[in-house]
Amino acid sequence: MKVLVAVKRVVDYNVNIRVLGDNTGVDLNNVKMSVNPFDEIAIEEAVRLKEAGTAEEVIVVSVGASACQEQIRTALALGADRGILVETEEEVQPLAIAKVLKAIVDKEQAQIIITGKQAIDGDNSQTGQMLAALAGLSQATFASELQVGDGTATVTREVDAGLETITVKLPTIITTDLRLNEPRYASLPNIMKAKKKTIDTFTPEDLGVDVTPTVKTLKVTPPSARQAGIIVESVEELVDKLKNEAKVIS
Amino acid sequence: MSILVVAEHDNSSVKASALVAIAAAQAIGGDIEVLIAGAGCAAAGETAAKVAGVNKVLVADNDAYSHDLAENIAALIVEIGSNYSHILSATTASGKNFMPRVAALLDVAQISDISGVVSEDTFERPIYAGNAIATVQSTDSIKVLTVRGTAFDPAAADGGSATIENLDIAKDEGLSSWDKEEIAELERPELTAASIIISGGRGMQNGENFALLESVADKLGAAIGASRAAVDAGFVPNDMQVGQTGKIVAPDLYIAVGISGAIQHLAGMKDSKVIVAINKDEDAPIFQVADYGLVADLFKAVPELDALL
Repeated sequence: MKVLVAVKRVVDYNVNIRVLGDNTGVDLNNVKMSVNPFDEIAIEEAVRLKEAGTAEEVIVVSVGASACQEQIRTALALGADRGILVETEEEVQPLAIAKVLKAIVDKEQAQIIITGKQAIDGDNSQTGQMLAALAGLSQATFASELQVGDGTATVTREVDAGLETITVKLPTIITTDLRLNEPRYASLPNIMKAKKKTIDTFTPEDLGVDVTPTVKTLKVTPPSARQAGIIVESVEELVDKLKNEAKVIS
Repeated sequence: MSILVVAEHDNSSVKASALVAIAAAQAIGGDIEVLIAGAGCAAAGETAAKVAGVNKVLVADNDAYSHDLAENIAALIVEIGSNYSHILSATTASGKNFMPRVAALLDVAQISDISGVVSEDTFERPIYAGNAIATVQSTDSIKVLTVRGTAFDPAAADGGSATIENLDIAKDEGLSSWDKEEIAELERPELTAASIIISGGRGMQNGENFALLESVADKLGAAIGASRAAVDAGFVPNDMQVGQTGKIVAPDLYIAVGISGAIQHLAGMKDSKVIVAINKDEDAPIFQVADYGLVADLFKAVPELDALL
Protein backbone atom coordinates (compact mmCIF):
# COMPACT_ATOMS: atom_id res chain seq x y z
CA MET A 1 0.00 0.00 0.00
CA LYS A 2 0.95 3.62 -0.42
CA VAL A 3 1.39 5.88 2.57
CA LEU A 4 1.09 9.64 2.11
CA VAL A 5 2.67 12.02 4.61
CA ALA A 6 1.74 15.70 4.68
CA VAL A 7 4.39 18.06 6.08
CA LYS A 8 4.41 21.77 6.79
CA ARG A 9 7.30 24.23 6.71
CA VAL A 10 7.17 26.20 9.97
CA VAL A 11 9.35 28.44 12.11
CA ASP A 12 11.76 26.17 14.00
CA TYR A 13 10.54 25.34 17.50
CA ASN A 14 13.68 26.83 19.08
CA VAL A 15 13.10 30.29 17.62
CA ASN A 16 11.81 33.00 19.92
CA ILE A 17 8.83 34.55 18.18
CA ARG A 18 8.81 38.32 17.76
CA VAL A 19 5.66 40.19 16.78
CA LEU A 20 6.25 42.86 14.10
CA GLY A 21 6.02 46.47 15.22
CA ASP A 22 3.20 47.23 12.78
CA ASN A 23 1.14 44.29 14.16
CA THR A 24 0.79 42.61 10.76
CA GLY A 25 2.31 39.31 11.84
CA VAL A 26 5.43 37.77 13.32
CA ASP A 27 8.95 38.43 12.09
CA LEU A 28 9.93 35.70 9.60
CA ASN A 29 13.05 37.44 8.25
CA ASN A 30 16.21 35.33 8.59
CA VAL A 31 14.38 32.94 10.87
CA LYS A 32 15.28 29.24 10.80
CA MET A 33 12.53 27.16 9.18
CA SER A 34 12.02 23.45 9.80
CA VAL A 35 9.62 20.57 9.34
CA ASN A 36 6.76 20.91 11.82
CA PRO A 37 7.83 18.62 14.73
CA PHE A 38 4.58 16.63 14.69
CA ASP A 39 5.05 16.04 10.94
CA GLU A 40 8.54 14.64 11.64
CA ILE A 41 6.81 12.03 13.78
CA ALA A 42 4.45 11.36 10.84
CA ILE A 43 7.42 10.83 8.49
CA GLU A 44 9.05 8.46 10.97
CA GLU A 45 5.86 6.40 11.36
CA ALA A 46 5.45 6.11 7.59
CA VAL A 47 9.08 5.04 7.11
CA ARG A 48 8.65 2.42 9.86
CA LEU A 49 5.58 1.07 8.03
CA LYS A 50 7.74 0.68 4.95
CA GLU A 51 10.56 -0.97 6.90
CA ALA A 52 8.03 -3.39 8.41
CA GLY A 53 6.86 -4.33 4.91
CA THR A 54 3.36 -2.89 5.45
CA ALA A 55 3.87 -0.01 3.03
CA GLU A 56 5.43 -0.24 -0.43
CA GLU A 57 5.89 3.44 -1.02
CA VAL A 58 6.03 6.57 1.14
CA ILE A 59 5.10 9.81 -0.60
CA VAL A 60 5.62 13.16 1.11
CA VAL A 61 3.56 16.19 0.17
CA SER A 62 3.78 19.84 1.19
CA VAL A 63 1.67 22.83 0.24
CA GLY A 64 3.17 26.32 0.11
CA ALA A 65 5.98 28.39 -1.35
CA SER A 66 8.81 26.84 -3.39
CA ALA A 67 11.03 26.90 -0.29
CA CYS A 68 8.93 23.99 1.06
CA GLN A 69 11.17 21.83 -1.15
CA GLU A 70 13.73 21.97 1.70
CA GLN A 71 11.29 20.26 4.07
CA ILE A 72 10.34 17.71 1.40
CA ARG A 73 14.06 16.94 0.92
CA THR A 74 14.38 16.46 4.68
CA ALA A 75 11.58 13.89 4.54
CA LEU A 76 13.21 12.18 1.56
CA ALA A 77 16.48 11.99 3.51
CA LEU A 78 14.59 10.35 6.36
CA GLY A 79 13.33 7.61 4.07
CA ALA A 80 10.35 8.84 2.04
CA ASP A 81 10.50 7.65 -1.60
CA ARG A 82 9.29 10.69 -3.54
CA GLY A 83 7.87 14.14 -2.99
CA ILE A 84 5.05 16.32 -4.20
CA LEU A 85 5.05 20.09 -3.83
CA VAL A 86 1.81 21.95 -4.41
CA GLU A 87 3.26 25.37 -4.95
CA THR A 88 1.52 28.63 -4.19
CA GLU A 89 2.71 31.98 -2.89
CA GLU A 90 -0.75 32.66 -1.40
CA GLU A 91 -1.47 32.21 2.28
CA VAL A 92 -3.05 28.75 2.48
CA GLN A 93 -5.43 28.07 5.35
CA PRO A 94 -6.29 24.61 6.72
CA LEU A 95 -9.47 24.07 4.66
CA ALA A 96 -7.61 24.95 1.44
CA ILE A 97 -4.72 22.66 2.37
CA ALA A 98 -7.20 19.86 3.08
CA LYS A 99 -8.78 20.39 -0.36
CA VAL A 100 -5.37 20.23 -2.03
CA LEU A 101 -4.48 17.08 -0.07
CA LYS A 102 -7.80 15.51 -1.03
CA ALA A 103 -6.87 15.96 -4.69
CA ILE A 104 -3.49 14.30 -4.05
CA VAL A 105 -5.11 11.43 -2.11
CA ASP A 106 -7.49 10.85 -5.05
CA LYS A 107 -4.58 10.88 -7.49
CA GLU A 108 -2.29 8.59 -5.50
CA GLN A 109 -4.93 6.31 -3.92
CA ALA A 110 -2.98 6.20 -0.65
CA GLN A 111 -4.37 3.84 1.99
CA ILE A 112 -2.91 5.61 5.00
CA ILE A 113 -2.39 9.35 5.24
CA ILE A 114 -0.35 10.57 8.21
CA THR A 115 0.21 14.14 9.34
CA GLY A 116 0.95 16.03 12.55
CA LYS A 117 -1.84 16.70 15.03
CA GLN A 118 -1.14 20.42 14.75
CA ALA A 119 1.41 22.79 13.27
CA ILE A 120 3.34 24.82 15.81
CA ASP A 121 2.81 28.13 13.97
CA GLY A 122 -0.97 28.47 13.68
CA ASP A 123 -1.77 25.84 16.36
CA ASN A 124 -4.99 25.10 14.44
CA SER A 125 -5.18 21.29 14.63
CA GLN A 126 -7.58 21.09 11.68
CA THR A 127 -5.98 19.82 8.48
CA GLY A 128 -6.08 16.05 9.08
CA GLN A 129 -9.68 16.06 10.28
CA MET A 130 -10.76 18.29 7.38
CA LEU A 131 -9.05 16.02 4.86
CA ALA A 132 -10.83 13.00 6.36
CA ALA A 133 -14.16 14.82 6.07
CA LEU A 134 -13.64 15.93 2.46
CA ALA A 135 -12.44 12.47 1.38
CA GLY A 136 -15.27 10.75 3.29
CA LEU A 137 -12.71 8.70 5.22
CA SER A 138 -12.22 7.63 8.81
CA GLN A 139 -9.90 9.54 11.10
CA ALA A 140 -7.72 8.69 14.09
CA THR A 141 -6.34 11.86 15.64
CA PHE A 142 -3.70 12.35 18.36
CA ALA A 143 -2.31 8.84 17.81
CA SER A 144 0.21 7.37 20.24
CA GLU A 145 0.21 3.84 18.78
CA LEU A 146 -0.66 2.48 15.35
CA GLN A 147 -1.18 -1.11 14.23
CA VAL A 148 -2.19 -1.77 10.67
CA GLY A 149 -4.34 -4.83 10.06
CA ASP A 150 -6.24 -6.24 7.10
CA GLY A 151 -8.36 -3.36 5.79
CA THR A 152 -8.33 -1.69 9.19
CA ALA A 153 -5.99 0.08 11.57
CA THR A 154 -6.11 -0.03 15.35
CA VAL A 155 -5.05 3.24 16.88
CA THR A 156 -4.45 4.28 20.47
CA ARG A 157 -5.36 7.94 20.91
CA GLU A 158 -4.39 10.47 23.55
CA VAL A 159 -7.58 11.91 25.03
CA ASP A 160 -8.08 14.29 27.97
CA ALA A 161 -8.50 11.60 30.61
CA GLY A 162 -5.93 9.08 29.33
CA LEU A 163 -5.88 6.80 26.32
CA GLU A 164 -8.54 5.24 24.11
CA THR A 165 -8.22 2.65 21.38
CA ILE A 166 -10.33 2.72 18.23
CA THR A 167 -10.42 0.69 15.04
CA VAL A 168 -10.76 2.58 11.76
CA LYS A 169 -11.42 1.36 8.24
CA LEU A 170 -8.75 1.93 5.59
CA PRO A 171 -8.14 4.23 3.87
CA THR A 172 -7.74 6.43 6.92
CA ILE A 173 -6.19 9.68 8.09
CA ILE A 174 -3.97 9.55 11.16
CA THR A 175 -2.66 12.56 13.07
CA THR A 176 0.35 12.07 15.30
CA ASP A 177 0.83 12.87 18.95
CA LEU A 178 4.23 13.13 20.62
CA ARG A 179 4.45 9.62 21.94
CA LEU A 180 3.87 7.81 18.65
CA ASN A 181 7.62 7.42 18.05
CA GLU A 182 10.97 9.17 18.32
CA PRO A 183 12.05 10.42 14.89
CA ARG A 184 15.48 9.42 13.65
CA TYR A 185 18.15 11.76 12.33
CA ALA A 186 19.05 11.71 8.65
CA SER A 187 22.43 10.16 7.86
CA LEU A 188 24.81 11.89 5.44
CA PRO A 189 24.56 9.14 2.78
CA ASN A 190 20.77 9.37 2.96
CA ILE A 191 20.89 13.16 2.62
CA MET A 192 22.99 12.69 -0.55
CA LYS A 193 20.61 10.02 -1.87
CA ALA A 194 17.62 12.26 -1.20
CA LYS A 195 18.97 14.81 -3.69
CA LYS A 196 18.33 12.30 -6.48
CA LYS A 197 14.75 11.53 -5.49
CA THR A 198 11.90 13.05 -7.51
CA ILE A 199 9.77 15.99 -6.42
CA ASP A 200 6.76 16.62 -8.66
CA THR A 201 5.36 20.13 -8.59
CA PHE A 202 1.76 21.19 -9.15
CA THR A 203 -0.19 24.35 -8.53
CA PRO A 204 -3.56 24.40 -6.75
CA GLU A 205 -5.08 25.37 -10.14
CA ASP A 206 -3.64 22.19 -11.72
CA LEU A 207 -5.59 20.27 -9.09
CA GLY A 208 -8.74 22.37 -9.54
CA VAL A 209 -8.61 23.79 -6.02
CA ASP A 210 -9.44 27.39 -5.08
CA VAL A 211 -7.23 28.31 -2.11
CA THR A 212 -8.63 31.80 -1.50
CA PRO A 213 -8.72 32.34 2.31
CA THR A 214 -12.03 33.08 4.04
CA VAL A 215 -10.46 34.14 7.30
CA LYS A 216 -8.64 37.47 7.36
CA THR A 217 -6.01 38.31 9.96
CA LEU A 218 -6.73 41.87 11.08
CA LYS A 219 -3.79 42.18 13.44
CA VAL A 220 -1.23 40.23 15.45
CA THR A 221 -0.21 41.52 18.86
CA PRO A 222 2.09 40.33 21.62
CA PRO A 223 0.30 38.60 24.51
CA SER A 224 -0.31 40.72 27.59
CA ALA A 225 2.85 40.44 29.62
CA ARG A 226 2.74 38.97 33.05
CA GLN A 227 4.57 41.01 35.66
CA ALA A 228 7.27 39.20 37.54
CA GLY A 229 6.47 39.04 41.24
CA ILE A 230 8.71 38.77 44.24
CA ILE A 231 11.23 36.27 45.52
CA VAL A 232 10.35 35.00 48.98
CA GLU A 233 13.07 33.95 51.38
CA SER A 234 11.47 30.96 53.05
CA VAL A 235 8.63 28.46 52.88
CA GLU A 236 7.05 30.20 55.91
CA GLU A 237 7.00 33.51 54.04
CA LEU A 238 5.53 31.79 50.97
CA VAL A 239 2.67 30.22 52.95
CA ASP A 240 2.04 33.54 54.71
CA LYS A 241 1.83 35.40 51.37
CA LEU A 242 -0.49 32.79 49.87
CA LYS A 243 -2.80 32.97 52.90
CA ASN A 244 -2.80 36.66 53.71
CA GLU A 245 -1.78 38.53 50.56
CA ALA A 246 -2.98 36.42 47.61
CA LYS A 247 -5.69 34.74 49.70
CA VAL A 248 -5.64 31.62 47.54
CA ILE A 249 -5.27 29.12 50.38
CA SER A 250 -6.82 29.09 53.83
CA MET B 1 -29.10 34.78 15.05
CA SER B 2 -28.96 31.31 16.51
CA ILE B 3 -25.89 29.68 18.05
CA LEU B 4 -25.30 25.96 18.56
CA VAL B 5 -23.00 24.83 21.36
CA VAL B 6 -21.94 21.19 21.24
CA ALA B 7 -21.55 20.30 24.91
CA GLU B 8 -19.22 17.67 26.31
CA HIS B 9 -20.82 15.66 29.10
CA ASP B 10 -20.47 12.44 31.10
CA ASN B 11 -24.09 11.38 30.53
CA SER B 12 -25.18 12.78 33.88
CA SER B 13 -24.00 16.39 33.66
CA VAL B 14 -22.31 18.83 31.30
CA LYS B 15 -18.59 19.41 31.75
CA ALA B 16 -17.06 22.69 32.89
CA SER B 17 -15.52 23.17 29.44
CA ALA B 18 -19.04 23.23 27.95
CA LEU B 19 -20.05 26.02 30.35
CA VAL B 20 -17.09 28.03 29.06
CA ALA B 21 -18.21 27.44 25.46
CA ILE B 22 -21.73 28.60 26.41
CA ALA B 23 -20.19 31.73 27.96
CA ALA B 24 -18.41 32.43 24.66
CA ALA B 25 -21.75 32.02 22.87
CA GLN B 26 -23.25 34.59 25.25
CA ALA B 27 -20.42 36.97 24.40
CA ILE B 28 -21.30 36.61 20.70
CA GLY B 29 -25.00 37.15 21.46
CA GLY B 30 -28.09 35.41 20.11
CA ASP B 31 -30.36 32.47 20.87
CA ILE B 32 -28.28 29.67 22.34
CA GLU B 33 -29.07 26.03 21.69
CA VAL B 34 -27.04 23.22 23.26
CA LEU B 35 -26.54 19.83 21.64
CA ILE B 36 -26.10 16.82 23.92
CA ALA B 37 -25.14 13.78 21.87
CA GLY B 38 -24.47 10.41 23.47
CA ALA B 39 -25.98 7.11 24.51
CA GLY B 40 -28.08 7.31 27.66
CA CYS B 41 -27.49 11.04 27.97
CA ALA B 42 -30.98 12.29 28.91
CA ALA B 43 -29.85 13.32 32.40
CA ALA B 44 -27.06 15.45 30.92
CA GLY B 45 -29.71 17.12 28.75
CA GLU B 46 -31.64 18.05 31.87
CA THR B 47 -28.59 19.65 33.51
CA ALA B 48 -27.88 21.55 30.28
CA ALA B 49 -31.43 22.94 30.34
CA LYS B 50 -30.70 24.54 33.72
CA VAL B 51 -27.63 26.44 32.50
CA ALA B 52 -28.23 30.20 32.55
CA GLY B 53 -28.76 31.73 29.12
CA VAL B 54 -29.59 28.53 27.23
CA ASN B 55 -32.81 28.70 25.18
CA LYS B 56 -33.10 25.15 23.94
CA VAL B 57 -31.39 21.80 24.48
CA LEU B 58 -31.27 19.22 21.70
CA VAL B 59 -30.73 15.66 22.90
CA ALA B 60 -29.49 13.09 20.39
CA ASP B 61 -29.56 9.84 22.34
CA ASN B 62 -28.28 7.00 20.16
CA ASP B 63 -25.66 4.25 20.37
CA ALA B 64 -23.89 5.80 17.37
CA TYR B 65 -22.83 8.71 19.61
CA SER B 66 -21.71 6.68 22.64
CA HIS B 67 -17.95 7.28 22.39
CA ASP B 68 -17.72 10.62 20.60
CA LEU B 69 -16.58 8.97 17.36
CA ALA B 70 -15.78 11.98 15.18
CA GLU B 71 -17.34 10.61 11.98
CA ASN B 72 -20.75 10.05 13.59
CA ILE B 73 -20.89 13.19 15.75
CA ALA B 74 -19.80 15.37 12.82
CA ALA B 75 -22.47 13.86 10.57
CA LEU B 76 -25.10 14.63 13.20
CA ILE B 77 -23.98 18.24 13.66
CA VAL B 78 -23.80 18.84 9.91
CA GLU B 79 -27.38 17.53 9.56
CA ILE B 80 -28.67 20.37 11.77
CA GLY B 81 -25.76 22.82 11.30
CA SER B 82 -27.16 25.01 8.54
CA ASN B 83 -29.78 26.37 10.99
CA TYR B 84 -27.11 28.28 12.86
CA SER B 85 -24.87 31.31 12.45
CA HIS B 86 -22.24 29.89 14.81
CA ILE B 87 -21.32 26.39 15.97
CA LEU B 88 -19.12 26.19 19.07
CA SER B 89 -17.46 23.57 21.20
CA ALA B 90 -14.71 23.63 23.79
CA THR B 91 -11.10 23.08 22.72
CA THR B 92 -10.95 19.61 24.28
CA ALA B 93 -9.55 16.39 22.78
CA SER B 94 -13.10 15.58 21.71
CA GLY B 95 -13.98 19.00 20.30
CA LYS B 96 -10.66 19.20 18.45
CA ASN B 97 -11.43 15.80 16.93
CA PHE B 98 -14.87 16.39 15.41
CA MET B 99 -15.18 20.17 14.89
CA PRO B 100 -12.79 20.52 11.91
CA ARG B 101 -14.70 17.66 10.32
CA VAL B 102 -17.93 19.64 10.80
CA ALA B 103 -16.36 22.77 9.31
CA ALA B 104 -15.02 20.95 6.24
CA LEU B 105 -18.35 19.23 5.59
CA LEU B 106 -20.06 22.65 5.75
CA ASP B 107 -17.28 24.02 3.49
CA VAL B 108 -16.35 26.75 5.96
CA ALA B 109 -13.20 27.56 7.90
CA GLN B 110 -12.80 26.76 11.57
CA ILE B 111 -11.38 29.27 13.98
CA SER B 112 -9.58 27.23 16.64
CA ASP B 113 -9.22 27.94 20.32
CA ILE B 114 -10.70 31.45 20.49
CA SER B 115 -9.63 33.43 23.54
CA GLY B 116 -11.81 36.47 22.90
CA VAL B 117 -14.91 37.65 21.02
CA VAL B 118 -14.52 41.04 19.32
CA SER B 119 -17.76 40.91 17.34
CA GLU B 120 -20.00 38.28 15.79
CA ASP B 121 -17.46 37.62 13.01
CA THR B 122 -14.17 38.68 14.64
CA PHE B 123 -12.29 36.72 17.25
CA GLU B 124 -8.96 36.62 19.08
CA ARG B 125 -6.89 33.47 19.26
CA PRO B 126 -3.38 32.56 20.41
CA ILE B 127 -0.84 31.46 17.80
CA TYR B 128 2.78 30.31 18.12
CA ALA B 129 2.08 28.67 21.49
CA GLY B 130 0.56 31.85 22.87
CA ASN B 131 3.55 34.01 21.93
CA ALA B 132 1.28 36.11 19.73
CA ILE B 133 -2.44 36.86 19.66
CA ALA B 134 -4.13 37.04 16.27
CA THR B 135 -7.36 38.96 15.69
CA VAL B 136 -9.14 37.25 12.81
CA GLN B 137 -12.32 37.93 10.87
CA SER B 138 -14.36 35.25 9.13
CA THR B 139 -16.38 35.88 5.98
CA ASP B 140 -18.02 32.43 6.11
CA SER B 141 -21.80 32.18 6.49
CA ILE B 142 -21.41 29.77 9.42
CA LYS B 143 -18.67 30.35 11.97
CA VAL B 144 -17.27 27.13 13.40
CA LEU B 145 -15.34 27.92 16.59
CA THR B 146 -13.57 26.04 19.36
CA VAL B 147 -13.25 27.89 22.65
CA ARG B 148 -10.21 27.99 24.90
CA GLY B 149 -11.21 26.51 28.26
CA THR B 150 -9.59 29.27 30.31
CA ALA B 151 -10.68 32.29 28.28
CA PHE B 152 -14.22 32.94 29.56
CA ASP B 153 -15.82 32.69 32.97
CA PRO B 154 -18.10 29.63 32.79
CA ALA B 155 -21.85 30.20 32.41
CA ALA B 156 -23.80 29.62 35.62
CA ALA B 157 -24.89 25.98 35.88
CA ASP B 158 -28.22 27.05 37.42
CA GLY B 159 -30.89 29.59 36.73
CA GLY B 160 -31.95 28.57 33.23
CA SER B 161 -35.08 26.76 32.11
CA ALA B 162 -34.54 25.77 28.50
CA THR B 163 -36.92 23.56 26.55
CA ILE B 164 -35.63 20.08 25.70
CA GLU B 165 -36.15 18.58 22.27
CA ASN B 166 -35.22 15.02 21.38
CA LEU B 167 -33.52 14.59 18.02
CA ASP B 168 -34.34 11.35 16.29
CA ILE B 169 -31.28 11.35 14.04
CA ALA B 170 -29.07 8.26 13.91
CA LYS B 171 -25.85 8.77 11.98
CA ASP B 172 -23.64 5.72 12.05
CA GLU B 173 -21.13 6.25 9.27
CA GLY B 174 -19.62 2.80 9.88
CA LEU B 175 -16.06 4.09 9.46
CA SER B 176 -14.74 3.55 12.96
CA SER B 177 -15.47 1.71 16.17
CA TRP B 178 -14.44 2.16 19.77
CA ASP B 179 -12.50 -0.66 21.41
CA LYS B 180 -11.36 0.31 24.89
CA GLU B 181 -9.95 3.02 27.09
CA GLU B 182 -7.31 3.33 29.77
CA ILE B 183 -8.47 6.12 31.97
CA ALA B 184 -6.47 7.04 35.04
CA GLU B 185 -8.57 6.69 38.20
CA LEU B 186 -8.83 10.19 39.56
CA GLU B 187 -8.70 10.63 43.31
CA ARG B 188 -8.15 14.33 42.77
CA PRO B 189 -9.86 17.09 40.75
CA GLU B 190 -9.42 17.09 36.98
CA LEU B 191 -6.56 19.33 35.82
CA THR B 192 -8.75 21.55 33.68
CA ALA B 193 -11.36 21.98 36.45
CA ALA B 194 -9.08 22.32 39.50
CA SER B 195 -8.80 25.62 41.37
CA ILE B 196 -5.33 24.70 42.64
CA ILE B 197 -2.67 22.77 40.68
CA ILE B 198 0.75 21.63 41.79
CA SER B 199 3.02 20.53 38.95
CA GLY B 200 6.38 18.82 38.85
CA GLY B 201 9.10 19.09 36.24
CA ARG B 202 12.39 17.46 35.38
CA GLY B 203 13.70 18.58 38.77
CA MET B 204 11.55 15.88 40.40
CA GLN B 205 14.21 13.41 39.15
CA ASN B 206 11.87 10.40 39.00
CA GLY B 207 8.23 9.28 39.19
CA GLU B 208 8.41 8.13 42.82
CA ASN B 209 9.25 11.65 43.96
CA PHE B 210 5.85 12.86 42.73
CA ALA B 211 4.59 11.36 46.03
CA LEU B 212 5.98 14.55 47.63
CA LEU B 213 3.52 16.59 45.55
CA GLU B 214 0.64 14.20 46.28
CA SER B 215 0.75 14.90 49.98
CA VAL B 216 0.61 18.67 49.39
CA ALA B 217 -2.11 18.23 46.76
CA ASP B 218 -4.25 16.25 49.20
CA LYS B 219 -4.06 19.02 51.79
CA LEU B 220 -4.92 21.73 49.25
CA GLY B 221 -7.52 19.76 47.29
CA ALA B 222 -5.27 20.30 44.29
CA ALA B 223 -4.78 18.48 41.00
CA ILE B 224 -1.30 17.29 40.03
CA GLY B 225 0.27 18.28 36.73
CA ALA B 226 3.63 17.89 35.05
CA SER B 227 5.82 19.58 32.48
CA ARG B 228 6.53 17.97 29.13
CA ALA B 229 10.10 17.33 30.31
CA ALA B 230 8.77 15.21 33.19
CA VAL B 231 6.43 13.33 30.85
CA ASP B 232 9.10 12.77 28.20
CA ALA B 233 11.46 11.48 30.88
CA GLY B 234 8.82 8.87 31.74
CA PHE B 235 8.16 10.12 35.30
CA VAL B 236 4.38 10.38 34.85
CA PRO B 237 1.75 9.70 32.14
CA ASN B 238 0.99 12.18 29.41
CA ASP B 239 -2.53 12.98 30.64
CA MET B 240 -0.82 14.98 33.40
CA GLN B 241 0.99 17.25 30.94
CA VAL B 242 0.36 21.00 31.16
CA GLY B 243 1.52 23.03 28.17
CA GLN B 244 1.10 23.77 24.50
CA THR B 245 0.99 20.07 23.67
CA GLY B 246 -0.83 19.11 26.86
CA LYS B 247 -3.62 20.73 28.82
CA ILE B 248 -4.24 24.47 29.05
CA VAL B 249 -5.07 25.44 32.62
CA ALA B 250 -5.80 28.63 34.54
CA PRO B 251 -6.39 27.78 38.20
CA ASP B 252 -6.51 30.30 41.07
CA LEU B 253 -3.16 28.95 42.26
CA TYR B 254 -0.48 27.17 40.20
CA ILE B 255 2.56 25.82 42.03
CA ALA B 256 5.43 24.92 39.69
CA VAL B 257 7.99 22.65 41.36
CA GLY B 258 11.30 21.89 39.68
CA ILE B 259 9.99 23.33 36.41
CA SER B 260 12.35 25.58 34.45
CA GLY B 261 9.57 27.32 32.52
CA ALA B 262 10.04 26.41 28.86
CA ILE B 263 7.87 28.44 26.47
CA GLN B 264 5.76 25.41 25.73
CA HIS B 265 4.96 24.93 29.44
CA LEU B 266 4.24 28.62 30.04
CA ALA B 267 1.78 28.50 27.13
CA GLY B 268 -0.33 26.10 29.18
CA MET B 269 -0.41 27.86 32.56
CA LYS B 270 0.45 31.54 32.33
CA ASP B 271 -3.19 32.63 32.65
CA SER B 272 -3.29 31.22 36.19
CA LYS B 273 -4.31 33.85 38.75
CA VAL B 274 -1.41 33.27 41.13
CA ILE B 275 1.77 31.44 40.14
CA VAL B 276 4.30 30.07 42.62
CA ALA B 277 7.67 28.73 41.45
CA ILE B 278 10.00 26.58 43.52
CA ASN B 279 13.30 25.98 41.77
CA LYS B 280 16.91 25.85 42.87
CA ASP B 281 18.10 27.67 39.73
CA GLU B 282 17.49 31.37 40.34
CA ASP B 283 17.85 32.09 36.60
CA ALA B 284 15.04 29.71 35.60
CA PRO B 285 12.58 31.51 33.28
CA ILE B 286 9.65 30.34 35.42
CA PHE B 287 10.56 33.12 37.91
CA GLN B 288 9.75 35.74 35.25
CA VAL B 289 6.07 34.78 35.35
CA ALA B 290 5.82 33.78 39.01
CA ASP B 291 4.05 35.99 41.54
CA TYR B 292 5.99 34.30 44.31
CA GLY B 293 9.32 32.65 43.67
CA LEU B 294 11.27 30.52 46.10
CA VAL B 295 14.87 29.70 45.21
CA ALA B 296 15.35 26.44 47.06
CA ASP B 297 15.99 22.73 46.76
CA LEU B 298 12.53 21.25 46.18
CA PHE B 299 13.40 18.16 48.21
CA LYS B 300 13.68 20.41 51.28
CA ALA B 301 11.08 23.03 50.40
CA VAL B 302 8.18 20.74 49.47
CA PRO B 303 8.24 18.69 52.70
CA GLU B 304 8.45 21.98 54.63
CA LEU B 305 5.47 23.30 52.71
CA ASP B 306 3.63 20.06 53.41
CA ALA B 307 4.31 20.43 57.13
CA LEU B 308 3.08 24.04 57.22
CA LEU B 309 -0.27 23.36 55.53
